[in-house]
Amino acid sequence: MDGLDLAVEQGVLYGFLGPNGAGKTTAIRMALGLIFPTGGAVEVLGEPVFSEGRPGPGRVLRRVGAVVEEPAFWKYLSGRHNLEYFARAAGPAADREARLARVDRVLGLVGLEQAADKKVKAYSQGMRQRLGVALSLLGEPEVLVLDEPTNGLDPQGMRDVRLLLRRVADEGTTVFVSSHLLWEVETMCDLVGVLARGRLVAEGPPSELRTAGDHIRIAVDDRARAERVLARFDGALVVEDPEATPPGSPPGGSWIRVRLAPPATPAAVNAALVSEGVQVGAVVPERATLEEVFLSLVEGADVPR
Amino acid sequence: MFLVELAKAFRRPRTYVLGALLAGVAVLPAVILATSQGSSGGPEFFDLIRRNGLFAALAAVVVIQPFILPLGAGLLSGESIAGEASGGTLRYLLVRPVSRVRLVLSKYGSVMALLAMAVGWVMLVGVAAGGVAFGYGPLPTLSGTTIGAAAAATRIALSAGYVVAGIAGLAAIGVFISTMTESAPGASIAAVAIAVISQILDGLSSLRVIHPYLLTHDWLAFADLFRSPVAWDAMRRGLLVFAAYTVLFLGAALTVMTRKDVTS
Repeated sequence: MDGLDLAVEQGVLYGFLGPNGAGKTTAIRMALGLIFPTGGAVEVLGEPVFSEGRPGPGRVLRRVGAVVEEPAFWKYLSGRHNLEYFARAAGPAADREARLARVDRVLGLVGLEQAADKKVKAYSQGMRQRLGVALSLLGEPEVLVLDEPTNGLDPQGMRDVRLLLRRVADEGTTVFVSSHLLWEVETMCDLVGVLARGRLVAEGPPSELRTAGDHIRIAVDDRARAERVLARFDGALVVEDPEATPPGSPPGGSWIRVRLAPPATPAAVNAALVSEGVQVGAVVPERATLEEVFLSLVEGADVPR
Repeated sequence: MFLVELAKAFRRPRTYVLGALLAGVAVLPAVILATSQGSSGGPEFFDLIRRNGLFAALAAVVVIQPFILPLGAGLLSGESIAGEASGGTLRYLLVRPVSRVRLVLSKYGSVMALLAMAVGWVMLVGVAAGGVAFGYGPLPTLSGTTIGAAAAATRIALSAGYVVAGIAGLAAIGVFISTMTESAPGASIAAVAIAVISQILDGLSSLRVIHPYLLTHDWLAFADLFRSPVAWDAMRRGLLVFAAYTVLFLGAALTVMTRKDVTS
């Protein structure tokens, strides 16, 4: 982890993307006080997680709810008893009535009223996942942190969880979801951050991230000259990718493939080429999928930021 | 957290199975003596049961102390933290958040409470069984004198307390081991093994020098409560040793737990 700083506004559903081993789980476990940083400080909601001179996490965790990897319960107890005991374990022994009402409320939120008195042993994977979300909501958190919440679920279960998280976010809770499933993040989240080698390499709404990695193909008459021009152009990068060159080269020229990052735009690149005497036959935008953006972000050192 | 632990225990069927087993063991001395003639040749207190049913409680404790009680203590304390870790519930407790210090202390407290209940249960059942079989009366001591019923009850209660104190050190060792692993059975077995090894060492006369410092050496010293006059020396030393083990290993458990990365 290196200077990871995530600012998420209230009520936003934030997707935290990264390949396996990028440090997603480490970052989340650190933010939750489960593992200790080797150096430096960890803050959540502006409060230190590890208070000075005192071992273990501080009170800020009361404002956070979490599902860390798979949800886990005491399997020999019912869903309701699990929630009651978790609620009481962290207690100041709050008013019992209020506690039970809260348990009922979160069970209702995730649609588990019917199954509340069955033993967790008998729950399906999807029901356990929903009970996990219910558990994370128990303390009326300001921020909900979920690590791979749809792992191991069937499509129906994934959809249920996605809709549930959307609803939670719409009610004003900030939801922070880590995932390695791109399409999931793309369909679900308002804002996406990409983590690679312990650092945040990109952040933005999914649509913006896609644009950031856009490529264009340009048909030029003089490839060498065009490459010289583009080499001086800030944000434009000629990509050697023979496969990407479409069949049917323009007459008397060749295609080059260019990756654009701000401030480069297709129009500006075109103008620069023309003013340097390169004849441009065509400019074709190539809309990258989030997957391509993601791979280019986590692989290359030539990462546009 | 402490009450939650107890509530959890009493919602597990296994708690009642173990309770029933203990009750079975507790009636055993009374049953054996009621159905046989002559000397049983058994451990301390056995033959005295015929003269006073109250002794059945003590005989029952003598039966469970060398093996069954350490087994229970090892099982409960060994799984205390490691069981939550392997089940995944540890991380959910910690992010609730339950403080790590509170977690260790509540776990230890609940283990001790359950063990105390087990000892109390065994003694109650033993007293009942002994009373049914042989009735109560003034209590003969091991020294040959007799004491009255009230004094006898007090001494039996004191011996229960001493037995529970004796197991406190072992439970602390178990909780300590439990903080270092995710394998609950492994931690339990390790804790039981320590009790067994301690008892083996206690049996080797060439190691007499270290005997007083062994966790298990003075476990049975409560028998001295039934001498006249009461011999306090062994019990005083025993309590000191138990306290030392408890403080040492509970401290170690807290040290490990408050510094460890929870990756389970």
